[in-house]
Amino acid sequence: MIYTDKVMDHFQNPRNVGVIKDADGIGQVGNPVCGDMMSFYIKVKDNKLEDIKFQTFGCGAAIAVSSIVSEIAMGRTLEDAMKITNEIVAEELGGLPKNKLHCSNLGADALHAAIADYRKKHAAEKTEVSPEAGKCYCPYCEGPIEGLEAGCTACNVELEECPHCGNLTKKGDEKCAKCGADLEAD
Amino acid sequence: MRQVYLDHIAATPLDPQVLEAMLPFFRDKFGNPQSLHSAGQEAFLALEEARSRVARLIGADDAEVFFTSSGSEANNFALKGMSRARRDKGHHLVLSAIEHQSILHSAKSLEKSGFSSTLVPVDKDGLVDPEAVRKAIQKETVLVSVILASNEVGTVEPVAEIARICRAAGVPLHTDAVAAVGNIPVDVKELGVDALSLAADQFYGPKGSGALFVKKGARLLPLIDGGIQEGGRRAGTENVAGIVGMGKAAEIAQARMSERQERMKTLRDRLIDRLPQKVDRVYLTGHRERRLPHHASFCIEFIEGEAMLLNLDMKGIAVSSGSACTSRALKASHVLLAMGIDHALAQGSLVFSLVESTTAEDIDYLLEVIPPVFDRLRKMSPLYTKFLEESQK
Repeated sequence: MIYTDKVMDHFQNPRNVGVIKDADGIGQVGNPVCGDMMSFYIKVKDNKLEDIKFQTFGCGAAIAVSSIVSEIAMGRTLEDAMKITNEIVAEELGGLPKNKLHCSNLGADALHAAIADYRKKHAAEKTEVSPEAGKCYCPYCEGPIEGLEAGCTACNVELEECPHCGNLTKKGDEKCAKCGADLEAD
Repeated sequence: MRQVYLDHIAATPLDPQVLEAMLPFFRDKFGNPQSLHSAGQEAFLALEEARSRVARLIGADDAEVFFTSSGSEANNFALKGMSRARRDKGHHLVLSAIEHQSILHSAKSLEKSGFSSTLVPVDKDGLVDPEAVRKAIQKETVLVSVILASNEVGTVEPVAEIARICRAAGVPLHTDAVAAVGNIPVDVKELGVDALSLAADQFYGPKGSGALFVKKGARLLPLIDGGIQEGGRRAGTENVAGIVGMGKAAEIAQARMSERQERMKTLRDRLIDRLPQKVDRVYLTGHRERRLPHHASFCIEFIEGEAMLLNLDMKGIAVSSGSACTSRALKASHVLLAMGIDHALAQGSLVFSLVESTTAEDIDYLLEVIPPVFDRLRKMSPLYTKFLEESQK
């Protein structure tokens, strides 16, 4: 099996699936071109995440990631929840296949987007949203991209997935821009 | 739990008779076919008998069959070997947009040494228009390659018609017939092709055994240089057991062709007709009539292929998908995109490919298991929620 038992458990029995009709904040990341799409809904009370629901279009990893993010974040303060990173999520799941680290592991981003939405609505302090939220981004010029095939239209770079870390890197480069691993020239 | 294996495209079970034929060549008949002693000659004879059987399956002469390690190697061999041999005539290739990666990547590799290629588009059913091939052929074109039957959507291409166009233009035609040979009647003379790839694991033979048919007189440079095996065109000690297995599988496929086809076609149609009755917004991919007898492929809206595949696996059902998430490269199937299917729908790709042992009960089990699985995933899908909201307005 390509997934850990924990991933399979969250994939088979996802926690907190659904929609909150009167949500205080809604966050959406990803798109079907990248492969996955996640919507997070939050209810906030006394600066804490009182309820979290999510919906995910995507693979087993994407569903498991959404589920565990909702579980980790439930009841936390907004500040605490903002500290949850995609790396922490992957660790909590006992690891994810390398090629799933980039596209499927967007749960924390989706939650952060929902918190940002809540804060915006409540005109509170500004927050950072991970640059990955909402779209695929070119690792060179940070411009939004339509997917691997299209490459980056902003800086005209052809992209490929690094087989070592799963991040996007320039096609034909000897080393991955993100993790520095040697990429074999084919 | 009931086990229903519907991933013929990835691998077929080994026919017990094929295994029996192979076993002696793992045990006492270990000779090298190139050795002059009796042990070697025994292996040599077995190799040549297998060659005859494969040749008969596709209507070729024995000397026109070259053994390879796989369908992918056969495709690489044809593309690179034939293009390079004709480098003096030009540097242009014509391919369909729905070729297997081993064709597309061979062409990319050739592009690094000065070749260029034109991809001929397909229609919404995945059909290549022979006229489009005619238009794509240039003075510099040295090879045309069009898949005989798509492993992803099952569509059978008008290769004989394309061959007539290529012949008139004086350009050789290769066809990747890996998904077709052993499953539908394939005759190289009727098709009129100059080269054709096949693989034993698509017709109940062993993995690691493929072959390339090359018409007598067609020029082809080796991919693997070295010894004198395969007429000097493919060096390396032969995979004798694998080749013997392919020969036996070819013999059986020829004998059982029409029976296998009819049986699987009936079951395939049962699935194609009934699945859309059970679940809404399910679309057949590929041509309804011109398709492989064992192939039923769909796009299921609002949900993703890998999630479906894993859920079905838990119910004992093995299928495949062309979704981005199931590919290591995380790209949606280029075949589905070439047919004009959008990224979101292509993500919902599911391919059912039947094997000889598939029964009507298996299909009915599938039809019973699928709806709740899809339903559960749709309830989780933001795309489905959006669709429901919009349809209520």
